[in-house]
Amino acid sequence: MLNSSLLQLGAALRSKKISSVELTQLYLHRIAALNSKLNAYITINEEMSLVQARAADVQLAQSKTHALTGIPIAQKDIFCAMGWRTTCGSKMLSNFIAPYDAHVIEQFNRVGAVNLGKTNMDEFAMGSSNETSYFGNVKNPWNNNAVPGGSSGGSAAAVSAHLCAAATGTDTGGSIRQPAALCGISGLKPTYGVVSRYGMIAFASSLDQAGPMAHSAEDLALLLNVMAGFDERDSTSLQRETEDYARDLNKPLNGLRIGLPKEFFAAGLSADVAQAIETSIAEYKKLGATVVDISLPNSRLSIPVYYVLAPAEASSNLSRYDGVRYGYRAPEYTNLADMYEKSRAQGFGEEVKRRIMIGTYVLSHGYYDAYYLQAQKIRRLIAQDFVEAFKQCDVIMGPTTPTTAFNLAEKNDDPVQMYLSDIYTIAVNLAGLPGMSIPAGFGSNGLPVGLQIIGNYFDEARMLNVAHQYQQVTDWHTRTPQHIEV
Amino acid sequence: MSLSINDVYKVARLARLGMTEQEAQTAHTQLLTIFGLIAEMQAVDTNGIAPMSHAQDISQRLREDVVTEHNQRELFQAAAPQIKEGLYLVPQVIE
Repeated sequence: MLNSSLLQLGAALRSKKISSVELTQLYLHRIAALNSKLNAYITINEEMSLVQARAADVQLAQSKTHALTGIPIAQKDIFCAMGWRTTCGSKMLSNFIAPYDAHVIEQFNRVGAVNLGKTNMDEFAMGSSNETSYFGNVKNPWNNNAVPGGSSGGSAAAVSAHLCAAATGTDTGGSIRQPAALCGISGLKPTYGVVSRYGMIAFASSLDQAGPMAHSAEDLALLLNVMAGFDERDSTSLQRETEDYARDLNKPLNGLRIGLPKEFFAAGLSADVAQAIETSIAEYKKLGATVVDISLPNSRLSIPVYYVLAPAEASSNLSRYDGVRYGYRAPEYTNLADMYEKSRAQGFGEEVKRRIMIGTYVLSHGYYDAYYLQAQKIRRLIAQDFVEAFKQCDVIMGPTTPTTAFNLAEKNDDPVQMYLSDIYTIAVNLAGLPGMSIPAGFGSNGLPVGLQIIGNYFDEARMLNVAHQYQQVTDWHTRTPQHIEV
Repeated sequence: MSLSINDVYKVARLARLGMTEQEAQTAHTQLLTIFGLIAEMQAVDTNGIAPMSHAQDISQRLREDVVTEHNQRELFQAAAPQIKEGLYLVPQVIE
C-alpha cells in the first residue's frame, strides 16, 4: 500500500480495499514509529486528521469523490490550517493556532484530502539544510548524518520515508527542488502566481511560490490540479483558465529540445552529480529528445541578487512580529521599544535575524540605489537570459544541486557556503519560471541526485510530461531509503 | 564595503532587534562576509535597465468596495499575548 501511486491509492479507497481512516492510521503509526528518528513533522494531531478521514469515508461511500479524497497529505508548517498549530519553524509562532485556512489548505479540504500533520522546515523558510528550525533539524532518510535540504526538508523527508502519501512545500530560492533532490523525491515549483499565497506565511513575497512534493511526476500533476487556481485574496494570483496538469503526461518526447546551460556544468559541480545528470540526458536522447547548448550568462549573479532582494522583502514582511497581536512576547521588558526588541531578539533564530539585518541595511537611507535597485536591475538581466534561452529550446535541464546531501553541521558556521548550495535553483525564482527536480540516480556516497527541469512560463504540463516519460523508463523515483521498511 | 560595528548597532535598532555586544561582533563579521559575496553585483553595468520588482508584468487588481470580512475579534485575539476587554495590552506609551 505504501508504495502505491496517488492514483492507485485513490482506486483502493474507491473500491473499499481500504478506508481513509485505515490509511490515515497506517501513516500515523509509521509517524509514531519513525518521526523521533527523522523529526520530519513538527505537529501531529491524530484526532483532527481522523475527523477528516471519517468525513472522507462518508464521501467515498456516497461516491462523491475526487482523485485525492481520503488521501493523507503532509502540509508544510508554513501553511495556516484552522485549529492547527502553525509555527513556520519558529519560536516566534511556537504557540500560534491558526484562526483560518490558507488557500492551499482550503483546496485540499475541498476535495476531501486528509491533513496528516505539519512538516518541519527551516525557520520562516530561511535555510537550505533544515538546521535553522526551532524544532530541531530533520534527518535525511537516506543517511541520518546528512541534511534533508531546506527549507521544505520535513516534507521531503516525510515523502521519502513514506510518512505520508504526498506533501506540500514552498520555494523561494529552491526550497522545494533542493530538498526533493537531496531526499530522492520529485518536487515542482510552479510559475509565480499559479498557486495562491493566501495564508502561506510570507518570506519574500515576490519569490515565494507553493508547490507539490511526491514520488512521481504523475502524483505531482494530480496535486497541482488541486493546489493551482485563481484566488482574489492574493493580489499576485493569476487569473487563468483552469488546466489539467496531467493532460500531456503520456505524450512522446520526439523532437523535444533540451537546453543545457553551460554555466550549470562549470566549476563547482561535483563529478558524481555531473555523471548522473549526463546519464539522464543520454536517456532523454533515447526517448527522442535533442540537446542544445545554451548560456545563462548572468546566472552567476543570482546569488548576490537573491541575498539582497529576499532579505529586503523578508525584513519588511517580518516586521509584523512585534509581540502585540500574536506570536512570542518576551517575559520581561521595561517599555514598548524594549518589548519589541526583546521579543524579536528572543523569538527569532540566528539565520532569520541575519537576514533581517541584511534586508534592513540594503533598504536603509543611502544604500537603496547601490543594493536594492541594482539587484532589481540585474534581476531583469537574469530573467532576459531565460527569454533568450527559450527561443532555442523547450525545456532547460541541469543539476538541481552542486553536490548530493552534505552532512549535518557541515555548513552551519559559514552562511555564504550554505547560500552557495542554491546556485542552480535561485535564478528560476528571480525570473518567476516553473522548475522541478526529479530523482536521477545516486552520487558516490550513495545519496540521491536530482535532475532539474526548468520550463517556460506556464509550461508545467509539458515539464510534467517530460518528467513522467523519464520515469516510465527509469526506476530512480521508486527507490526507498535503506532501513526504511515499507 | 565599509560596514562598521556602529552600522550594525544602527541597523539592529532600525529592525528592532535587541543585540548584545558579543552578538553584534558576530553579526558584524558575518555581514562583512555576506556583503563580500554581494559586492560582485556592483561591477555590473545596468545603465538603461529597468528594475524588475516582480516576476509577472501585472497591475494590481481592484475589487468592488463591498464588505467581505465580518468581525471575528474574539477568534483573532485568542492568539494575542495579552488582551483586556477586547483591547491589546502593551506597556504604557503616553504619560
